[in-house]
Amino acid sequence: MEFWVNQAFNGISYAALLFLLGGGFTLIFGVMKIVNIAHGSFYLMGGYVGYTVVLLTGNFYLAFLVACCVIGGLGMGMERLFLRGLSGQDLRQMLITMGIALFLQDLSLVIWGGNPLNLAIPSYLSQSIQWGNFYFPVLRIFMIGAAAALFVVLWWFQEKTKVGAMVRAAVDNAEMSEGLGINVPLVTLGVFGLGALLAGFGGVVGCAFMGIYPGLDFELLPYAFVVVIIGGMGSLPGALVGSLVVGLIDNFGKALFPELSYFTLFAPMAVVLAVRPTGLFGKG
Amino acid sequence: MTERRPSRGWMLPGLGILLAVLILLPPILPTYVTILITQSLIFAIVAMSLDILIGYTGLGALGHAAFFAIGAYTTAILVTKHQAPLSSTLLWSIVSAAGSSAAVAFLPLRASGIYFLMITLAISMCVWGLAYRWVSLTGGDNGITGIPRPDLGLPWAMNDAVYFYYLILVFFLICTVLLFLLIRSPFGKTLVGIRDSETRMKVLGYNIWLHKYLAFVIAGAFAGLAGCLYAYYNSFVGPNDANLGICMELLLMVILGGPGTLFGAGLGAFIITFLKNMVSVYTERWLMVMAVVYILTALYAPDGIMGLLKKFQKRRQGP
Repeated sequence: MEFWVNQAFNGISYAALLFLLGGGFTLIFGVMKIVNIAHGSFYLMGGYVGYTVVLLTGNFYLAFLVACCVIGGLGMGMERLFLRGLSGQDLRQMLITMGIALFLQDLSLVIWGGNPLNLAIPSYLSQSIQWGNFYFPVLRIFMIGAAAALFVVLWWFQEKTKVGAMVRAAVDNAEMSEGLGINVPLVTLGVFGLGALLAGFGGVVGCAFMGIYPGLDFELLPYAFVVVIIGGMGSLPGALVGSLVVGLIDNFGKALFPELSYFTLFAPMAVVLAVRPTGLFGKG
Repeated sequence: MTERRPSRGWMLPGLGILLAVLILLPPILPTYVTILITQSLIFAIVAMSLDILIGYTGLGALGHAAFFAIGAYTTAILVTKHQAPLSSTLLWSIVSAAGSSAAVAFLPLRASGIYFLMITLAISMCVWGLAYRWVSLTGGDNGITGIPRPDLGLPWAMNDAVYFYYLILVFFLICTVLLFLLIRSPFGKTLVGIRDSETRMKVLGYNIWLHKYLAFVIAGAFAGLAGCLYAYYNSFVGPNDANLGICMELLLMVILGGPGTLFGAGLGAFIITFLKNMVSVYTERWLMVMAVVYILTALYAPDGIMGLLKKFQKRRQGP
C-alpha cells in the first residue's frame, strides 16, 4: 500500500513537471506545426538562470520571474529571427531548432560548467507534511499546485478570452484567420514566447526538484514527445492527460522494471497511436 | 519533375575518378585520414539509405539512428558474447534492424507529415532509452567495449587501418550499387511518384502504404548493415549511437548533401564526418560550429550542395 501511494504521488509530481515541459511544447506545435527540438534547452536554460538568480539574490520567487522573462524573450527572439518564413517546411525548421539546441547546450556549458547544479529552496519548501503513515514533501505539493494553477489559467485563457479565441483560430486555419484581421504573426510570436516561458518555469522547478546538468535537455525531450503524442498535438487538456499517463507509467516502470524504464514510454504511445493516430485529444 | 535535366555527360567519368581515388589514395594518406574516410563510408551507407526515405519517398524519417544502433548492438553482443564471425553478425544485424523496423513501421505510417517526424524520433528515443537502461544486455551507459576486428581468414590483418578500410569500401560499393538499382527499379520510381503526388499514385492503383512500409524496412536493413560495420570500426557501441544528436546528424547529412540524390547523401556524410572530427581538433567549441552548420544549411541550402550546384549549372546554361 505504502509503495503504491508513494509511487503514485511521485508519479503525479513528475507529471506536473512534464506538463510544464509538454504543455509549452504542445502550444508551440499547435500554432506553428513545428517540432521544437530546442524545447529541452529552454527548460535547461530556465533552470540555469533560476539557479544563478537564487545564488545572487537568494530569492526563490524572483528566480521564477527572471527565468520566465529571459526564456520567454529567448523564445520570441528565436521565432522572430530564425523560424519565421520557414513555416510548413518541417525538416528545415527541425534543423534550425537542432542548431539552436546545440548552441544553447554549448553556451550553458561555457557559462555554468558541466557539474550538476541544484537550486537551494526556502526551508519551508524542503519540509514534509505527514498524513497518517505517509509523508508528502512540500516541494512536490508546490510543483503539483503550480502546474495545476498554470493549467487552469492557460485553459481559461485559451477557451474563454478573446485572445485565446484568436489563438485557436490561428491553430485551425492560419490563412482564414489572417483574412479575418487576426495578426497571425503576432499570435505565433506570442505563443512561441509563452511555450518557451513555460519550459523556463519548468526548468526552475526541475532544478529545485531533481537538479540540472548538461545533456538533461535531450534526455527530457523524449518525455515531451510522448506526452504530446499521447495527448494529441496542440491540445492543452491532452498535454495534461499525457503528462499524468507518462509520469505515472514512468514512475511505476522505473520502480518495477528498472531496465526497461524508457521503453515503458513506448507502450502507451504505441497503444494510443494504434487506436487514435492523432492522440487522445488531437483533431483529425 | 518536368524541368530539363542538366547534362549528365560528366557523371560517368567523374564517378570513375572518384572510385579510383577511393581505391588508390588511402595507402598513401596519413592513417588518421584513412580512418576518417572509413567512418565517412559507413555513415554514407546510413545517409544514403535514409535518403531513400527522405529524398525519394518524401517520408521525414528521423529515427534512422535507432536501426543503425540496433545493428551495431547486435554485432557487439554477438561478437563479445559468442565470438560470432562476420558472416553471422552481418546477417543478424540486418535481420534485427529490418525486423525491428518492420515491427514499428506501423506506428509512424498511421500518421503523415510532421506527425511522422515526431513519432519516428520518439521511437528512436525509446531505443536510446533501452540501450541506456537495459544494463544486463547493453552494458548501459558504459556500452559494449572491446569488439575485435573481424577475422576473415585472409592473409591481411584487419587491425591495419588500410586493410579494414578496403573491407568497408567493398561493403560501401555493394550497398551503393544496390541502392542505385533500387531507385532505378519500378519500385523506386513508384516511391518518387508517391513523393510527388500521393493522390495520383493512389488513383493509379498503387498500394501506397505497402510501398512506404517496404521502403522503411529496406532502409532499416541498410542502416543495420552499417551499424554492424560501425561496431567493428569503433570497437565500442554505446547508447549515444542512438541518441537525438545522431538522428539529427543523419538528417543534416542528407539535407546538406542534397535530398533525392544518393551522391548528395554520401557527400553530406563525408563533409559532416570530417568537419566534426577536424573542428574538434582545433577548438573545444565544436558544438557551436556544428550548431552554425545546422542553421546555415537550413537557411541557405534547403536542397543541399547538389541543389546549389544544379542551380548554378542552370544559371550558366541560361534560361
